Amino acid sequence: MSLARFGALSFKTEKRVLPGFGLSMGISVLFISLVLLLPMTGLFGQLAGLSLAEYWAIISEGRVVASYMVTIGAAAVAALVNAVFGLLLAWVLVRYEFPGKRLLDALMDLPFALPTAVAGITLATLYASNGWMGRWLEPLGFPVAYTWVGIALAMAFTSIPFVVRTVQPVLEDMPAEVDEAAITLGARDGVAFRRVILPHLWPALVTGTGLAFVRSLGEFGAIIFIAGNTPYETEITALMIFVKLQEYDYAGASAIASVVLFVSLALLLAINIWQGRFIRRLHGGKG
Amino acid sequence: MSIRLHNIGKHFGRGRHQTLALEPVNLDIHSGELVGLLGPSGSGKTTLLRIIAGLESADHSQEPSRILFGERDVTHIHVRDRRIGFVFQHYALFRHMTVFDNVAFGLTVMTRKQRPSSGEIRSRVLRLLEMVQLEQLANRYPAQLSGGQQQRVSLARALAVEPEVLLLDEPFGALDAKVRQELRRWLRHLHDELNFTSVFVTHDQEEALELSDRVVVMSNGRIEQIDAPETLYRAPKNRFVFEFLGDVNHLEGHVSQGILTCGDARLNVDLPDGHEELLLRPHEVRLATSPTAECHLPVTITAISPVGAEVRVELEADWLAKPWLATVRHTDFEQLGLTRGQRLYAHPRQFHRFQQPDTIKADAPVA
Repeated sequence: MSLARFGALSFKTEKRVLPGFGLSMGISVLFISLVLLLPMTGLFGQLAGLSLAEYWAIISEGRVVASYMVTIGAAAVAALVNAVFGLLLAWVLVRYEFPGKRLLDALMDLPFALPTAVAGITLATLYASNGWMGRWLEPLGFPVAYTWVGIALAMAFTSIPFVVRTVQPVLEDMPAEVDEAAITLGARDGVAFRRVILPHLWPALVTGTGLAFVRSLGEFGAIIFIAGNTPYETEITALMIFVKLQEYDYAGASAIASVVLFVSLALLLAINIWQGRFIRRLHGGKG
Repeated sequence: MSIRLHNIGKHFGRGRHQTLALEPVNLDIHSGELVGLLGPSGSGKTTLLRIIAGLESADHSQEPSRILFGERDVTHIHVRDRRIGFVFQHYALFRHMTVFDNVAFGLTVMTRKQRPSSGEIRSRVLRLLEMVQLEQLANRYPAQLSGGQQQRVSLARALAVEPEVLLLDEPFGALDAKVRQELRRWLRHLHDELNFTSVFVTHDQEEALELSDRVVVMSNGRIEQIDAPETLYRAPKNRFVFEFLGDVNHLEGHVSQGILTCGDARLNVDLPDGHEELLLRPHEVRLATSPTAECHLPVTITAISPVGAEVRVELEADWLAKPWLATVRHTDFEQLGLTRGQRLYAHPRQFHRFQQPDTIKADAPVA
């Protein structure tokens, strides 16, 4: 009987128990095509008008290369800062009880909900030389607005939820017994954190930081108000695309956009593969 | 290393939301003893264990609470400096480390002065793994092991730092019956061999009675009785202990002129008039095909389980609020030819009686 059942469950005649696979899968694929694949195809369609030499000339132009440096540098700083403070925020939100915890938790999503342009204008006003913060920082020789620090700050603001929201659930799942075990074995707090807690959070932390970094690479609205947009100094790559578009140079804009796209995709893929290997180990695979 | 607890109590929460977890208790555990803390959930047994470990602190009260390990006062010593081994119900292994690294953890986190050389750590860990029979699995990750194996790793990890006191919180609670049995035997063996002082928490009375030198029975944050397993079973101090240590049959009724009646059930008892509740263990119920002049307790068999040394028979009757359980020897079972649905008469060999306030009144044999 079991053999007969196996036959019925074999590859071709496989009958799914859960209903609606065809319909839901179809709609999903259609949606992905419309929202993701079609615009991307358009992007590559624009690129088709360029020869390889032209493409290379556009993406390696001095001003554009300078914008890569600014963007990647600021995004890296923002991601690292977010890794530290995001971890701290997630830790505080999970491990301690305090009044206003729910509010702080809700506040974490604000950068996602707030239009980035609003964030950008707010930051620019705050840190401009006559703003609340800028007034104090600038005389100290630490100008924020119109420097790469401002860019990093805007990036950090828009991407912090990525770190907090990826680390938080992992931290919640981690039984308190694990650090208790470390401490009963004589570990100092710092050692317990470094050798027991951090390795547990590591995949989530790296993923969150990676996502924050990738998000920062493409951020536009929040940054342009505070960046000052001085060529070669505080121009970000997204702005270069915008500039090309304003000059009706669609092919040029697409070329630069494709670089951002490839870097982002490659990073996301790398994060996914790395995380998969790490998680397999935790769950008993051979990885 | 003996453990002495003096005036250890615990409340959780604050102000009006405060709940009592543990009434102030005193407890002496001798050096080398294996003591079980037994009680239902919420009885405060885990809280007590965690206070001994230093994972919780006792309430501050007028009379100071004290915890002594031997002559050493550890009341205000941090858990990491108490030199205890703690085994958690759900193992709490470090999932990102191999079995070897898990066991070595306690040794590798020592300060440089105390830490043994890496060669010595290696040989010590391998010796421990051999002791828990896991030496071939040293390079596996915890997720690749069964529950029983994981708990053995966690024991080896706790023993690696050579603790004077080993504390186990429901160590076998998450394991299936057979593995539990095996680990129990093995823990007893390890305890006798290494001669540390152990305290373990369990809600399984069989486990507590089988494993412990002495059992501390707890309920509602109170210690009900502390005794060796035999004493505890034969002479329970109160009704809670009696009921918690095994299956119990209740017979409730009104006594007048030496006869207890309850519906159409009758039993001659040598007791004063009034409301009475008698308690019987399953092995104290004898089954027969006819009543006697002193005893008329008609019952119907509703279920029979012939597995084990004795046959377990479930009995029901109109006069019973809850079904009774009786154990019958296999030979008697065959002789009586018991079947489901059969009507019989129960005869108590003996009954127990506890009066409020929980003091034992009488253990009376039945004529």
